[in-house]
Amino acid sequence: MGKEGLGLEITDLRLGLPGANSDSGHRCDVMIDKNEKKRAFSEISEDDVEEGNRKKTTIKNQVVGWPPVCSYRKKNSFSDKDGSAKASKMYVKVSMDGAPFLRKIDLGMHEGYSHLAKALEKLFGEALRNAESCEFVPIYEDKDGDWMLVGDVPWEMFMESCKRLRIMKSADAKGFGVLRSKEALN
Amino acid sequence: MNYFPDEVVEHVFDFITSHKDRNSVSLVCKSWYKIERYSRQRVFIGNCYSITPQRLIARFPGLKSLTLKGKPHFADFNLVPHDWGGFVDPWIKALAKSRIGLEELRLKRMVVSDDSLELLSKSFPNFKSLVLVSCDGFTTDGVAAIAANCRFLRELDLQENEVEDHRGHWLSCFPESCTSLVSLNFACLKGEINLASLERLVARSPNLKSLRLNRVVPLDTLQKLLMRAPQLVDLGIGSYVDDPSSEVFSKLKAVIQLCNSIRSLSGFLEVAPCCMSAIYPICENLTFLNLSYAPGLQGNDLTKLVQHCRKLQRLWILDCIGDKGLGVVASTCKELQELRVFPSDPFDAGNAAVTEEGLVLISAGCPKLNSLLYFCHQMTNAALITVAKNCTNFIRFRLCILDPVKADPVTNQPLDEGFGAIVRSNKSLKRLSLSGLLTDQVFLYIGMYAKKLEMLSIAFAGDSNKGMLYVLNGCKKLRKLEIRDCPFGDVALLEDMGKYETMRSLWMSSCEVTLGACKILAKKMSSLNVEIINESEQLEFSLDDRLLVDKMYLYRTLVGHRKDKPEYVLLL
Repeated sequence: MGKEGLGLEITDLRLGLPGANSDSGHRCDVMIDKNEKKRAFSEISEDDVEEGNRKKTTIKNQVVGWPPVCSYRKKNSFSDKDGSAKASKMYVKVSMDGAPFLRKIDLGMHEGYSHLAKALEKLFGEALRNAESCEFVPIYEDKDGDWMLVGDVPWEMFMESCKRLRIMKSADAKGFGVLRSKEALN
Repeated sequence: MNYFPDEVVEHVFDFITSHKDRNSVSLVCKSWYKIERYSRQRVFIGNCYSITPQRLIARFPGLKSLTLKGKPHFADFNLVPHDWGGFVDPWIKALAKSRIGLEELRLKRMVVSDDSLELLSKSFPNFKSLVLVSCDGFTTDGVAAIAANCRFLRELDLQENEVEDHRGHWLSCFPESCTSLVSLNFACLKGEINLASLERLVARSPNLKSLRLNRVVPLDTLQKLLMRAPQLVDLGIGSYVDDPSSEVFSKLKAVIQLCNSIRSLSGFLEVAPCCMSAIYPICENLTFLNLSYAPGLQGNDLTKLVQHCRKLQRLWILDCIGDKGLGVVASTCKELQELRVFPSDPFDAGNAAVTEEGLVLISAGCPKLNSLLYFCHQMTNAALITVAKNCTNFIRFRLCILDPVKADPVTNQPLDEGFGAIVRSNKSLKRLSLSGLLTDQVFLYIGMYAKKLEMLSIAFAGDSNKGMLYVLNGCKKLRKLEIRDCPFGDVALLEDMGKYETMRSLWMSSCEVTLGACKILAKKMSSLNVEIINESEQLEFSLDDRLLVDKMYLYRTLVGHRKDKPEYVLLL
């Protein structure tokens, strides 16, 4: 199981590293096979359990899965108190090369990169289907005005620094000057 | 052996309602087994992989209500990968194909898809009740199908699910002809809903007793809803923010006075503390108060509110109430049976939250206390011993010290003696969760005294295999054992393999169990599924028996290996 996409297999858009294996012959996608996707996300995944390491990776000096508060509760009863934007309204513009108009998407409504990927598939499914065979790369403009590749940094960091999103044709990426974060390059 | 005709025996069985009792009855003789199975309407399956839907359907043709649980408990804390299993789809498909007249489905920790919900909504004309707890995999489209197609729906109860929200049309899918709702809980949905549709729905539901709103329902809608449904018994408030001098707020105050049936109050997902005074009139009659999702309320807001709740039996609250606030609870709520204190910020140890003092005050003031979940920053043996003296009725005792291996701060000793006192004096204890610095000694006490214990959760505790062995040997009624980060290994695991057949499941993660031992266990015990969850690629390449297993989950089953396991699960 693990139902990926929404039946838009031909136009699958995955958030992943460009140039990854695409052994499925699908058009218009940056396909990564499942294991690579796991590895790609293992650095950015919030629950470090996915790394498969037995070391207790710490976030803010905390142990994985501790304290034993269920994840629904964690997501819904703490953020308010810190006043951290209630994580609710973080609309950013999303443009896609070749699509006639832009869309807006609320980053706060998504729990991670895979959710975001699904939402983008929904928004741009039509445009992706109509585009000619090519690969796309998701990039975002950060607070400094630099264009960064989506997926390198932890989700919360991404949410805070993302000002706008762009789904770019990877053919254009070569000349564009997309930066990678230090973490990803290590 | 039957002196009575079957109909008489069956009539007698009608009075036997608990699952345990009905199970016992079915084992008496073949005749009773047959009568019982034809008359059984409610079935509870604690592990969806212990049996198949086909066998369920074959045995209980009169099934009306099914309860299913999927993922292991530690899945709540992200210890189980997302697509491990627990899919309800095969169950719904099988039931839909059969002649079962399903009326009620209750799921916990299962993966539910929109397709499943749609099939469910269309396959059972008398379907009345859907309860989903801690499930995921579906969207509001699935909820819309239930609303649209279940003509006699009485209960739609969504608790703490991860639901992808496709905007609020689902509520408008309840047809005008739907007037049967008794319980509607959509507090966990994040998205907007059509408020006018909600008002109309409530207006045409004269039997509505329980209504739990989500965060987007504003205070003025709440006021209108309460006007329509003053008969409510259970209310979950969404957004509770307004200017106390506004007209809407005055109207709300007035209508709340009319709602004198409300016994259970929850929500306040968004709250302005200055508005809380409107609630005081209904506090007198409350038996259940859940403010654990209301981080907008500070300690003294909570204290002021609680002072009005003299009849409270169950209280779920955040630790910002503080020890002093718990003291107020102790002196006000003399009927209190269940207390849950959740951490308001698990990562900030600096905040003064609750300590052992609050717990001691509660134990002294609330003689009927039988169920506790308590997150605190520290605990002492002395406090636990005092609690054990004051309270001997505990059924559930779950203590979570936020620093997992913290010793008694006064004596620097492990908390063995404290927990030992708890199990010694609470002979009815069924569920126990331990934390803090603990040695094998605490397990000796548990094995000796916790004779009724059914579920035990252990983390970062013990010194050696002896610890686990004390528990396995001593706790005869043990059903669920979950262990993480303890130095328990092969010797403990393999000592009494038959024991696991008497239990529902065993979870061990980050312990010292080897692959080889798991294989031995799996080979010997064909009635167990032994699953190894290993997300690193190493296991695929190296089947070295000496390898320490990251996560092992074993459970008894009548139907062998499951067919839906993901790649990273190794079934031995």
